[in-house]
Amino acid sequence: MWRESKCEREREKMANKQISQMGLPKSIANVFAARNVFTAKALSLMELRVQNEHLAGHLPTHMKGLDEALCGGIPFGVLTELVGPAGIGKTQFCLKLSLLASLPAIYGGLDGHVMYIDVESKFSSRRLIEIGVKSFPEIFQRKEMAQEMAGRIHVLQPASLSEFTESLQQIKVSLLQNQVKLLVIDSMAALVTGEFEHGAPRQNTLGWHVSFIKSLAEFSRIPVVVTNQVRSQSRDETCHYFFQVQSWNETIEDRTRHDSHLVAALGINWAHAVTIRLVLEAKSGQRFIKVAKSPISPPLAFPFNITSSGILLLSDDGIELTGPDINAIHCQGHNDIINFGGESLQ
Amino acid sequence: MEVGRLPISASQRSKLIAAGYTTLSSFSSLSPSHLARDLKISDNEAAEIMRVASHSHRLDGSAGGCGTVNGAQTAWDMLHEEEMFPRITTSCEDLDNILGGGINCKEVTEIGGVPGIGKTQLGIQLAINVQIPVDYGGLGGKAIYIDTEGSFMVERALQIAEACIEDMSECGGLLRKDFQACQLKMHPNNILENIFYFRVCSYTEQIALINYLDKFISEHKDVKIVIVDSVTFHFRQDFDDMALRTRLLSGMALKLMKLAKDFSLAVVLLNQVTTKYIDGSFQLTLALGDSWSHSCTNRVILYWNGNERYAYIDKSPSLRSASAPYSVTSKGIRNSASNCKRIKMM
Repeated sequence: MWRESKCEREREKMANKQISQMGLPKSIANVFAARNVFTAKALSLMELRVQNEHLAGHLPTHMKGLDEALCGGIPFGVLTELVGPAGIGKTQFCLKLSLLASLPAIYGGLDGHVMYIDVESKFSSRRLIEIGVKSFPEIFQRKEMAQEMAGRIHVLQPASLSEFTESLQQIKVSLLQNQVKLLVIDSMAALVTGEFEHGAPRQNTLGWHVSFIKSLAEFSRIPVVVTNQVRSQSRDETCHYFFQVQSWNETIEDRTRHDSHLVAALGINWAHAVTIRLVLEAKSGQRFIKVAKSPISPPLAFPFNITSSGILLLSDDGIELTGPDINAIHCQGHNDIINFGGESLQ
Repeated sequence: MEVGRLPISASQRSKLIAAGYTTLSSFSSLSPSHLARDLKISDNEAAEIMRVASHSHRLDGSAGGCGTVNGAQTAWDMLHEEEMFPRITTSCEDLDNILGGGINCKEVTEIGGVPGIGKTQLGIQLAINVQIPVDYGGLGGKAIYIDTEGSFMVERALQIAEACIEDMSECGGLLRKDFQACQLKMHPNNILENIFYFRVCSYTEQIALINYLDKFISEHKDVKIVIVDSVTFHFRQDFDDMALRTRLLSGMALKLMKLAKDFSLAVVLLNQVTTKYIDGSFQLTLALGDSWSHSCTNRVILYWNGNERYAYIDKSPSLRSASAPYSVTSKGIRNSASNCKRIKMM
């Protein structure tokens, strides 16, 4: 069904341009334009991005090892997920990214606006400015710079799932006006907890939202960063197929492992839907950021600390983890880190 | 009667097949000059082929006896046809072995697995391997990549394409083939150019596109593989009417099977996993339900076995159940690095 709003017409223009380049017969081209199907040759995709986009479509995180692993930084047009236990540093990562996206291009930023959807009211503007001042002292020396950068970050705090849905629709409009360069949703899991949504949560509550956010990311070619929570793995959850035979010893081992194992919330459906999954965990008292799922990166883990200027990688050469351990989320010695004085936040 | 049984030279036969003529009837009504243009050979050569063809047809006229039903093919003819089309290699020897040489044309192969196991990687690898020239044992064809999730990343395709060309040049050196001539054609950009990329954002677009593929492929006869990554995504988000879903899926499966048969190409469908409660515990199975599991000719499940990635042939009319290890490297899908490469027969 055709809706004659401005944003639909804009999208139609975009789609028509792509279709006409393909040289399809007029009748078919019109059918496709009506359905908004994007089609291209893989080569032309690459050429377009290299020519038109910042670093061929990546937002550098200023963490050298991670940027190299991700071929330049957080990629445009796809969903990147940050998952980890509470207090590990997901919101800190998001704050840093928001700042980086708002910086002018000469400082490596995207020179754009940021939509920050803060579901759990964790956004701290004080902390944001502190990160800015400590990481880019030369820019933030002048007070009006801080005001301008912070002025580009729009924080939404939806009080219910329906408000969140509405915000997404509004974001679509501002995306088409080409101003927003980064979308952060912190956190996705909080949207489906009992307190947030009234009534019993359905199996696939976020199904529509996931598809919508993904298509938003693609049509506007912006990076979308979403945070996720963890939950403990119950005994019932094996991860085996019918043809995989498990010996009795293995079963016992698995049970003891499960007690300390955490898994990402939102289920396996969500795990399929995200393109890049970055796992933040604590192992033996040290925090790690792992590239758990990525079509363009090897499975690397980087140790990191939280400092006054954001996140600092302790080593730019990641440790390569083979096997499914890259997906595991550990939480050992984490409490010690939280209570440790260490780098005090002024 | 099919081309495989004509007494013509192998190069002429491969040219006929590459141009899309698999049976005698498909070119017997053409003029020699038309055939010469299509195959890029001289008029005399084309006339010779047609003379040989009509001669063989006259000799063989009696073989069709027994009151053949229109459209039926004897099993012997089918066997010859199967042998005419080389299979598409996966670049992993063990995997190719359990697949009987690689992915088969004229069949629908479903490949499923947990997130991060390498489905998209395998899809991209196949899209590139289908382009390996006939001289190197490939099909020299083009690929259609239907992306429903946005997981196709061009940088990765470029990386895999470059590695494929490297491997071919090594191979060419060993066999002392004339790689110079090949090198001009096989540039990474050319490989990317031969991948037709379609991005669909809803299940209606997915179905419309698959209906449209018939026309598209008749205009691009050298497409030899259609990859759908993933066939599940849009059918899992927010689908309330399950009966409708089953009908749509079976309709889609039939169309894809018809495509595979009519145009002699391979169809590869990538699927996600879900958990099912069987026999008192949760088990992993491929998504989309039981009726879908009947739709594909072959079914391959990718899974973690300890620290290694394995592929398991779950269902196939001609291959036996077996597992083989494989690995995902910076060059794409390759043999597993472990020393003991055992293929477990079940």
